Amino acid sequence: MLKKLAFTTALTFAAFTLQAQAQEPRRGGTIRFTAPYGASFVSNDSHVSNQIQDEIYGYALHGMLYKWDAKNGKPVLDIAESVQVSADGKTYTYKLRDNALFHNGRKLTADDVIWSYTRIMDGSKNYPGARYVARIVGATDVQKGQAKEISGLKKIDDSSFSMTLTDKADPGYFLFQAQTAILPAKEAQAAGFFEKPIGLGPFKFVEHVPGSRMAFERWDKYYLTGKPYADKLVISPMGEAAARDVAFRNKEVDVSILGSTQYVAYKADPNLSKGILEVAEVFTRNMGMNPTFKPFSDKRVRQAINHAIDSELIIKRLVRDKAYRASSWLPLSSPAFDKDAKPYAFDPEKAKKLLVEAGYPDGFEFEWTATPNESWGVPIVEATIPMLAKVGIKVKVKPVETSALGGVVVGGDFQAYIWSNTSGPDTLTALKCFHSSTPRSSCNYTTFKNAGFDKLIDDASNEADTAKQLDLLKKANALLQEEAPVWFFNYNKAVLAYQPWLHGLQPNSTELALQRYEELWVDTTSPAAK
Amino acid sequence: MLPYVFRRLLQAIPILLAVAALIFVLFSVIPGNFATSQMADGRSNIDAATIERMNQQFGLNDSLPLRFAKYVGGLATLDLGDSFRTRQPVINLIGERLWPSLQLALAAMLFAIVIGVPLGFLAALRPGSWIDMFSMVFAVSGLSLPMFWLGLLLMYFFALTLNWFPSFGYGDGDPRYIVLPAIALGVSPLALLARTSRAAVLEILHADFVRTARAKGASSYRVMRWHVARNALVIVLTTLGLQFGSVLGQAVVVEKLFAWPGLGSLLVDSVTWRDIPAVQGCILTIVLFFLVVNIAVDVLCAVVDPRIKYS
Repeated sequence: MLKKLAFTTALTFAAFTLQAQAQEPRRGGTIRFTAPYGASFVSNDSHVSNQIQDEIYGYALHGMLYKWDAKNGKPVLDIAESVQVSADGKTYTYKLRDNALFHNGRKLTADDVIWSYTRIMDGSKNYPGARYVARIVGATDVQKGQAKEISGLKKIDDSSFSMTLTDKADPGYFLFQAQTAILPAKEAQAAGFFEKPIGLGPFKFVEHVPGSRMAFERWDKYYLTGKPYADKLVISPMGEAAARDVAFRNKEVDVSILGSTQYVAYKADPNLSKGILEVAEVFTRNMGMNPTFKPFSDKRVRQAINHAIDSELIIKRLVRDKAYRASSWLPLSSPAFDKDAKPYAFDPEKAKKLLVEAGYPDGFEFEWTATPNESWGVPIVEATIPMLAKVGIKVKVKPVETSALGGVVVGGDFQAYIWSNTSGPDTLTALKCFHSSTPRSSCNYTTFKNAGFDKLIDDASNEADTAKQLDLLKKANALLQEEAPVWFFNYNKAVLAYQPWLHGLQPNSTELALQRYEELWVDTTSPAAK
Repeated sequence: MLPYVFRRLLQAIPILLAVAALIFVLFSVIPGNFATSQMADGRSNIDAATIERMNQQFGLNDSLPLRFAKYVGGLATLDLGDSFRTRQPVINLIGERLWPSLQLALAAMLFAIVIGVPLGFLAALRPGSWIDMFSMVFAVSGLSLPMFWLGLLLMYFFALTLNWFPSFGYGDGDPRYIVLPAIALGVSPLALLARTSRAAVLEILHADFVRTARAKGASSYRVMRWHVARNALVIVLTTLGLQFGSVLGQAVVVEKLFAWPGLGSLLVDSVTWRDIPAVQGCILTIVLFFLVVNIAVDVLCAVVDPRIKYS
């Protein structure tokens, strides 16, 4: 089944790529994008917000050290033209692009990069990007107020600098988000800068009508010659799926992120179904089990739960096939995803047997914390209740608000929870969340502890050979499946509906709503082609 | 009159303080806070130290009475604090959103008055006629239709099917953008105004002074203009004040649905992310608006009906 899914996904990507390549990009027109995760943007300052909603405009306005290459599923350099890595894999020396210019025409310098990262580490501001920049040596000293400069950042000359990391890691995986945008050092310190911010991105800021739209125009001196293609870009925050649906059908917007109900409707429509982009995002929906609750400390109980729930049925009926069945933690788009691995089979008899072996022949009762989310919340929990009851496990639902779930989980105040957690794009980082040295507050929510798993992750961290590292990570992912710290439910299938005149969309598995706008273009059939 | 207005404004202060206190208590009782809400997307892992720093930065570690005292101290100087989410002064955020909200409220009330009041008058003048039946069916439907659903219907019919109006957004001064949200928001007050006007006119039509006026040979127009309409107006104005005052709060749903950049959409996002200063700022503004509109209506009633005296 998974092989089939992976194959179908690959075919979709291939067909999509071919279609995009078949036409020559056209210059001009307006791209009318939607930001579907709220009723507004938080701020004109990309360092302030950790929400995807704000990254959606951040990709237009700003340049980062890296950017995500969606087609190849890896980070690539953005504002730097080259990088050299030291023998120990910890020090990176960058040469910045000569033609990277801020929207006021000033050339990017190493000072801008260093200042931007230092600003993000300002401990009094708690900028969300600090969790990424903190991996540079000396960054946390700035955060704690013990230093004014990040010791791991050294300016070599105006166009080059070095960056030393605290551990061996590929910085591309954590320095491509808009929260780490490079701002113009001098200009950004001037009063009123964020009323009309400038950056290095493909589009210049024109206006922000809070709660309605953010408008941009093409930056003619963007470092990629000939790009962006569109003259203008308008991004409208539209949190309401039904309203987005009407606007899309009415051809007022060029894209719309679809929920499961709309996904079914769009797939069934002969016209709308032609413009659907599907991607297996790096999010794994799961039920985390707290080992301090006695039954969940036994691996056999956790495995029994994985066997007792008919995940495929739930995905088909409730999630309406807008998800891929999960076999373990790493999603389909991960290079360490094992296509041959089989998910836990729906086998209530085996589940019962495992429960008997674990000493729970009559089952037990547990409290399951869940949000109202339709794809990974109370509706899903309710569907599992009769399945678990058949093997003797009773469930008591504990509803919480989405914004409160994180606090409940980090505080360890749960027996089980259901959530959608990031499982990429960096495979090593995703699996490190299950390393025993990772605290619950960082992402080891189930306080998973397994010596064998720790060793595999430690070896992978120290392995220089990429192929060998990948092999170790595959083994770790397989061990995770065996240990079942969570019920592996599904990997999110993100779906973007697009109008026939919009081209150049990228299957971004980190978040489909995040597009590199310099690649997008509209043909003459767009209502906003002029 | 002025001392009365001043006294009413002074009376608003304890109401505002009570509202502020209520929000403080509510947000301290419900689970989650701004720091932990940042993890809702499932990709932002915030460690305990960061949560602690954020709580400290936003003063969330202080006791509830201390936080409230600080807030009230700020209110005295019109300082509503800084938004946790945007790090900007809340008063600036409200300033950005107030005008679009007022535009929408005014447009909705204009729609409600222009249609609702004449409809109620006509229905009262011809009780039992088709217009009376129509106005009452319309009034009951308007009061019972959920605003969200009505908004969607308007979108599907007038934007998607007929293509007369855009389905969302603020537009660049283009009045077409305000039509659908204003109708969605205005239908409920329209229905209430129609019902109230009808009831008021019906009652006055049977009053002794109207019968006397007719007996004196006054024309129908004169009876309606000087005796019925003027007396009914006070009742209509009172209903209007209550509706106009509360329309800003009701706009939350409509603004979110039509991506209208008003206070309502700011309030929804602020509640989601536990941005307490922004929530407080929005709600206090809505409450203040309600109070001011009702004071204005009281004054207007006195102007329309000289019998009303405020001491």
